[in-house]
Amino acid sequence: MGYEKRFDGRGVEELRQMEAKVGVVKNADGSAMFKIGKTTAIAAVYGPRDLYPKFLQNPQTGILRVDYNMLPFSGHGERVRPGGSRRSKEISMVMANALLPVLDLKEWPNAVVDVFVDLPQTDAGTRCAALCAASMALADAGLLMKDMVTAIAIGKVEDKIVVDLNYEEDSYEHGSDIAIAMLPGTGKITLLQMDGQITPEDLKEVFAKAETACKKILEVQKTALKEKFKKPEGIA
Amino acid sequence: MEKTEDTLLLQDKSIVIPGEVIATGMGYIPGTGTYREGDKLNAARLGLLTIDGKVVKLLPVSGKYLPKLNDRVIGKVIDVLLNGWRIEINCPYSAVLTLKDATSEFIARGADLTQYFALGDWIVAKIVNVTSQKLIDVSMKGPGLRKLQGGQIIAVNPQKVPRIIGKEGSMVTLIKEATGCNIIVGQNGLVWIEGDPKAQLRVIETITKIEVESHLTGLTERISTFLKGKGA
Repeated sequence: MGYEKRFDGRGVEELRQMEAKVGVVKNADGSAMFKIGKTTAIAAVYGPRDLYPKFLQNPQTGILRVDYNMLPFSGHGERVRPGGSRRSKEISMVMANALLPVLDLKEWPNAVVDVFVDLPQTDAGTRCAALCAASMALADAGLLMKDMVTAIAIGKVEDKIVVDLNYEEDSYEHGSDIAIAMLPGTGKITLLQMDGQITPEDLKEVFAKAETACKKILEVQKTALKEKFKKPEGIA
Repeated sequence: MEKTEDTLLLQDKSIVIPGEVIATGMGYIPGTGTYREGDKLNAARLGLLTIDGKVVKLLPVSGKYLPKLNDRVIGKVIDVLLNGWRIEINCPYSAVLTLKDATSEFIARGADLTQYFALGDWIVAKIVNVTSQKLIDVSMKGPGLRKLQGGQIIAVNPQKVPRIIGKEGSMVTLIKEATGCNIIVGQNGLVWIEGDPKAQLRVIETITKIEVESHLTGLTERISTFLKGKGA
C-alpha cells in the first residue's frame, strides 16, 4: 500500500500556502515574517552592534549569532518549555552555519549581528521557515549578502517523496525528514539534516525537488522584500 | 567561449534583492553593492539599482552607519578619558575626541575635563581618522563644529541622510526656510532640531516622509508641496 493521498490533500510536490512580510518588528534593524501552512516564523535582526564580553570579539570580522526559539503555546496543545533547550541550541547553531556563507561581515570587525527567530505557531518545518524569515530580515537590515537563503523540508512517506512535510508526515514512523537550505542563485546547499533513512537514489530525487521548491520560496521572499518599497497610496 | 550578449534584466531605479541577477554579459561593469559571477552581474545587498552608463551600482536603502573620513557626525559624550572624551556616534564603534582636537583653549595638565564636555553632552564633530579596526578619532576644529545646547535629537536611517540633505544642502535648506528651525544633519543618522516646538514636529514629519519616499522619483516637489500645504 502506497501513500496515495496526503494527509491534508496536497499534491506530492505542492508546498503549503506561503505568506511573507518584511519590516514587522519596527524596533529592529531588519525584520521579517515567513509563514508556510501553519508554521509561522518571525525574525528580527539587530546590528551590527557592540559585542561584549570582549573575548567573543573577532578583530578579523563581525560575527553572527542566531537564536531560534519556539514559543510555549506554539505546538499542538502541549506546552513547549520556554527558554533554551538542547534542541533549540542545535538549531540555532546549524542556522548560523546555513546563513554565514552568504554574509560578508568583514566591514564590521569586533561587532556582532544578532538574529532572533521566534515561532508563535509550529506545524513541522520550523528550522526551514526560520531560515527563510532570517534571510529576509538580514537583507532588510542592509547587510552585504551574496544571495538569499531558502529552505524546505522534504521526506519520504511510505513510497513517495513529498515536499514540505507537515507534522503528521514529519512524525510518520517509517518515513524520513530531510531539512535542506539552498542558495537559489547557485544551487549550493548550506544545511542538510535528516531524521530516518533514505536510499542514495531517493536522495537525488529529494535534491531535484528541493531546487524547484526553493525557487518558489524565493519568489515569495522577493515579492515581500520589494513590497516594502512600493509606492504608498496617494503619491503621484 | 561563447559570448553572451549584454542585457540588462532590471529597470533603473528598481529595488533589487541579494543575489538577484541584474545584467548578463561582460559589457556591464560591477560597481558598489554588486559582484560578477561568470557572465552574470548579481546584487550583493538589498538596494536601489542605479545605472550610470555601463556601470551598475546599488545604493543601500537600509543598514547601520559605517564611519567614513571627513564625515560630520553628531555624537554623545559617554566617558571622560585621561586625554580626551569617548563619543558615541550611532554605530557599533565609539570615537575618541582628544584634548588637542577639542578646543583651541589651553587646558592645564590635570584639569577637570568635564568643564569642557560633561557626560551626556551632545556635540557636532568631524571624523579625522578611521583605522581598519574602526578606531575613530573626531575633531571639533572646523566651521560649525560645536557643542549642542537645547533642541532635540532624532535618529533616522543613516542611508537616507544624503536624501535629507539634498544636492548641496538643498533639501535641508528647504525645510529650514519653511519651518524656521535650526537643523543639523549628521552623516551618522542623527539629526538635531531646534526651534518652535510645533515647527520641530513639522520638521520630524517631513524627515519621516523623506525617509519613506526617498527612493521614488519627484521627491523634492512632493516635499515642497507638503511643506507649503500645511502652512507655516
